[in-house]
Amino acid sequence: MDNIEKLIAEHAFFKGLDPKYLKLLAKCATIEQFDAEDIIYREGKPAKGFYLVLQGRIGKEVNVPHRGPITVQTIEEGGVAGWCWLVPPHNNCFTARAYEKTKTVTMDGECVREKCLEDQLLGYEFYKRFTNVIIAQLQATKLQLMDIYAVQS
Amino acid sequence: MNTRVNDPMLPRSFRVQRVRRETYDTFSLELKPARGNGGYKFSPGQFNMLYVFGTGEVPISISGDPLNPQKLVHTTRMVGPVTQAMGKLKKDDIIGVRGPFGTHWPVELAEGKDVVIVAGGIGLPPLRPAIYYLLKNRDKYNKLILLYGARTKDEILYPRELEQWRSRFDLDVHVTVDRGTGDWRGNVGVVTTLIPKAPFDHTNTIAFVCGPEVMFRFTVIELLKRALPHNCIYVSMERNMKCGVGLCGHCQFGTTFICKDGPVFRFDHIKDLLEKQEI
Repeated sequence: MDNIEKLIAEHAFFKGLDPKYLKLLAKCATIEQFDAEDIIYREGKPAKGFYLVLQGRIGKEVNVPHRGPITVQTIEEGGVAGWCWLVPPHNNCFTARAYEKTKTVTMDGECVREKCLEDQLLGYEFYKRFTNVIIAQLQATKLQLMDIYAVQS
Repeated sequence: MNTRVNDPMLPRSFRVQRVRRETYDTFSLELKPARGNGGYKFSPGQFNMLYVFGTGEVPISISGDPLNPQKLVHTTRMVGPVTQAMGKLKKDDIIGVRGPFGTHWPVELAEGKDVVIVAGGIGLPPLRPAIYYLLKNRDKYNKLILLYGARTKDEILYPRELEQWRSRFDLDVHVTVDRGTGDWRGNVGVVTTLIPKAPFDHTNTIAFVCGPEVMFRFTVIELLKRALPHNCIYVSMERNMKCGVGLCGHCQFGTTFICKDGPVFRFDHIKDLLEKQEI
């Protein structure tokens, strides 16, 4: 098992994935490092893929006119950033910024989509895993929207 | 005469020693008995009824150090006429105190275990006495983990103390805010998102949870996902407490009274009641 395959295998997102798929996915992966405040991807620009966070922290931001960027979520070690590569038009829904020195395994979206088309069991596995990430995020967003710490009138 | 002195319905006079502004709508009061030098013994998690003369009385949890009974501390938020009047008190003003009332965080039961403390918003003050106690008896516990969620960075309570606790290295402190504004570069997301990564051993852990009811319901769900048993989770409930001794019925919650049987409950003891929307 080469280094990148090992990193993928050890990441929480791919826990328990069939080793044959790990080998396949390693072909779509690169390791990247970002310094604090580096922009990883920008809202509205083509979504190149997704990021398995190995170290550091990524902030998902929305730019609000006259208020500047608002952080809606942070993703730390063991988390995954980026879903918009999954569905057309494959554009980023947020801006992602490294909040500290951050290391990721970056997965090429187009390459992963091709592998998923070639082997639909892998595709099903991928969508299942991303659905869990999205559900967890939706639950958290629901609580954020409720503004539970505000004074109740 | 003794009967009057020990009467739980009779407020004792305390003098304000200090009023400390914590956030734009939250403050702490440091109190000392108006007469005598006796300390004020309480257990972590208990509350007092604080009486602003001429305005009214409200239940406020004690947020000071249980091992330093000379200083009685309450942190509260200005939400109604009584707490707003309380926020205007100055040094040497007099306030009435009845208590301490209610059950406490089971710090003795937690000995030899990992302790996970989950606080949301104004839920941190009722947990602070437990944190003081655990830190003063640090060798009796395994890992201590504090997960704290606030609305924004400006609403984080006790920021200096959080920094001090973090720098001790024997208390794992994680803070998150619901809204990441300005130069905040810490965690953003609800406090429940910190639980999956919290480094505790689910076979030997006890959890203390305090915050709005909706927050602790979702916190419990996340703790259960980590395989922590129901009977190892303790929550602090809040209701409209008046008498403090289970007589008036204002805080009745099913078959229990929050003021007398709570505010700290083992989760499995109230789980069924929490599922009933009618109460």
